[in-house]
Amino acid sequence: MALLEVRGLVKRFLGVTAVDQVDLAVEPGELVSLIGPNGSGKTTLFNCVTGYLAADGGRAFFRGNDLTTLPPHRVARLGVARTFQQVSVFPRLSALENLLVFLQQHQEEHLLARLIRTPRLQRLEAEAVERARRLLELVGLTDKADAAAGSLSYGQRKLLAFAAALMPDPDLLLLDEPAAAVNPTMINQMKSHILALHRQGKTVLLVEHNMEVVMDISQRVVVLDHGQKIAEGPPDAIRRDSRVIEAYFGR
Amino acid sequence: MAADGSALGGALLDLREVVAGYEEVEVLRGVSLAVRAGEIVCIIGANGAGKSTLLRTVFGMLQPRAGAIRFAGEDIASRSSMEVLRRGIGYVPQGRCNFAAMSVEENLEMGAYLRRDPRVRSDIEALLARFPMLATKRRELAGTLSGGQQQILEMAIALLLHPRLLMVDEPSLGLDPRMVEIVFDTLLAINREGTTVLMVEQNAKKALSVSHRGFVLELGRNRFEGTGRELLDNPEVRQHYLGG
Repeated sequence: MALLEVRGLVKRFLGVTAVDQVDLAVEPGELVSLIGPNGSGKTTLFNCVTGYLAADGGRAFFRGNDLTTLPPHRVARLGVARTFQQVSVFPRLSALENLLVFLQQHQEEHLLARLIRTPRLQRLEAEAVERARRLLELVGLTDKADAAAGSLSYGQRKLLAFAAALMPDPDLLLLDEPAAAVNPTMINQMKSHILALHRQGKTVLLVEHNMEVVMDISQRVVVLDHGQKIAEGPPDAIRRDSRVIEAYFGR
Repeated sequence: MAADGSALGGALLDLREVVAGYEEVEVLRGVSLAVRAGEIVCIIGANGAGKSTLLRTVFGMLQPRAGAIRFAGEDIASRSSMEVLRRGIGYVPQGRCNFAAMSVEENLEMGAYLRRDPRVRSDIEALLARFPMLATKRRELAGTLSGGQQQILEMAIALLLHPRLLMVDEPSLGLDPRMVEIVFDTLLAINREGTTVLMVEQNAKKALSVSHRGFVLELGRNRFEGTGRELLDNPEVRQHYLGG
C-alpha cells in the first residue's frame, strides 16, 4: 500500500465540487507535485488530507490510518507535516521560538516530565534548539533568530514556515506553494533541500506554480482541473500533455 | 553601473537616501531611486531587503526617518496615504485585500469613494468592459474570485483614481502560469496607456523582462540598477538574485 493513499475524495462548497472523486497514491520516498489552475482544488485536497476540512466523500490513508476522521494535530503526530499559503506566525515570539513552539505542538511529552524537567527532556530541548538553528540557517534567517517574527517580511515568514514544517522531522511533507514570494536564489536553496530530504527517504507532496521547481525536482506530476484529476505522469510527459497545456500552461 | 538612482533629473518619483523602518528595526538604510514618467520600474532583492517597505513608505504608511521623497516635484515624505493617493499614486499591496464580502461592482464603487465627479459610473463601466473577467463576475462576491481575478480587481480599483504612478507589490503572487501572463500583460497595457508603474516582484526574471529599468535592493540599500536587459545579463545579479 502507498504511504499516502487518497481514494475517491470529494469536497463540496455551496454546490461547487472543489474536489471531485480524486484518487492519488504517493509511494514511500516519492517526490510528487500537484499542479493545476487557481481554484482547481489543490489546497482543498491538502486541507481534507490533513484534517482541516471534513471530506464529503472518499478516504485518505497514511500508513493505513484513515486521515479523514482525524483532527489536524492527530494527523501531524502520525508524521505528516504541512505548510500553508497564508502563513501565520506568533508575531511576538522570536523566529527561533516560533520553531520551538511548532515542535512542541507535535510532541506528546508527559506533563510530569515537563514539570520536573527530566534530563531526557532537557536533552530533547537542547537538540530542538540546535535543530531550529540549523533550519534557520538553511532558509537564510540566522541573523533573524532572535528577531520578533512579526518584524519579518512576508517572504521571510514564508521561509520561517517552511523551516517550521521540517522541525518535527516528518515522514510525509505536504508543501503548499513554498516558493511563492520567495527570492529565486532562495528558491534554488529550497529546491536542493527538498531533494536532500527526498534522498533521505522522506516523502514529499508539493503544490507549486513555479514550473522550474516542479519540473526540476518532481518524479511524478499530478494535474487537477475543476477538482478532477486530468493527468498524471513524469514531468516531461506532463509538459507535453495537450490537456494540461490547455488547462494550465496556456500559450 | 553606480548603485545610485538619484542622478535622474525630472523624475516623476524621486527617493533620495531614504531611511525608514518599524520601531527598533531599520529596514531602509538610505535608498535612492528614481522613476521617470512613462516607465515600468521593478524592484527585486532577497526576502527582507526592504522592497515592500519602500512602497509602503512612498505611500505614506511609514514616515521616513531621513531622506527625501518627491513626487512630480513635490515633497511627499510627510504626507498621509490619503494625501499621497490624491496626488496620483495608486498602491496595490501584497496579498490582495479587496472587500471579500462585497461584490466586484461594490468593490469598484468603494475604490472610487474619493471621487465626487459624475463620471464615476461611466469609469466603472469602462473598467468592467476592459476587464471581461471582472464583468462576468460583477455581482459575485470578491472573496469567491480566484487569486488572479482578485489581483485584476485590485488593479482596476487603483485605476479608478487615474493614478499617474501605480505601485504594485508582487502582482504574480500565488497565480498559476496563465494568470501570471495575464497580470503582466495587464500591467504592460496600463503602462502603454500612460500610467507609470513601480512594482516589487519575486518573479524577478519575468518582471525584469517587462521593465524599462530595475533596482536591486540588499539589506535596505541600493545594490544594482540598470535597464531590465542589463540586470538580466549581469552575471552577479543572475547568480545572487535571479537564481542563476
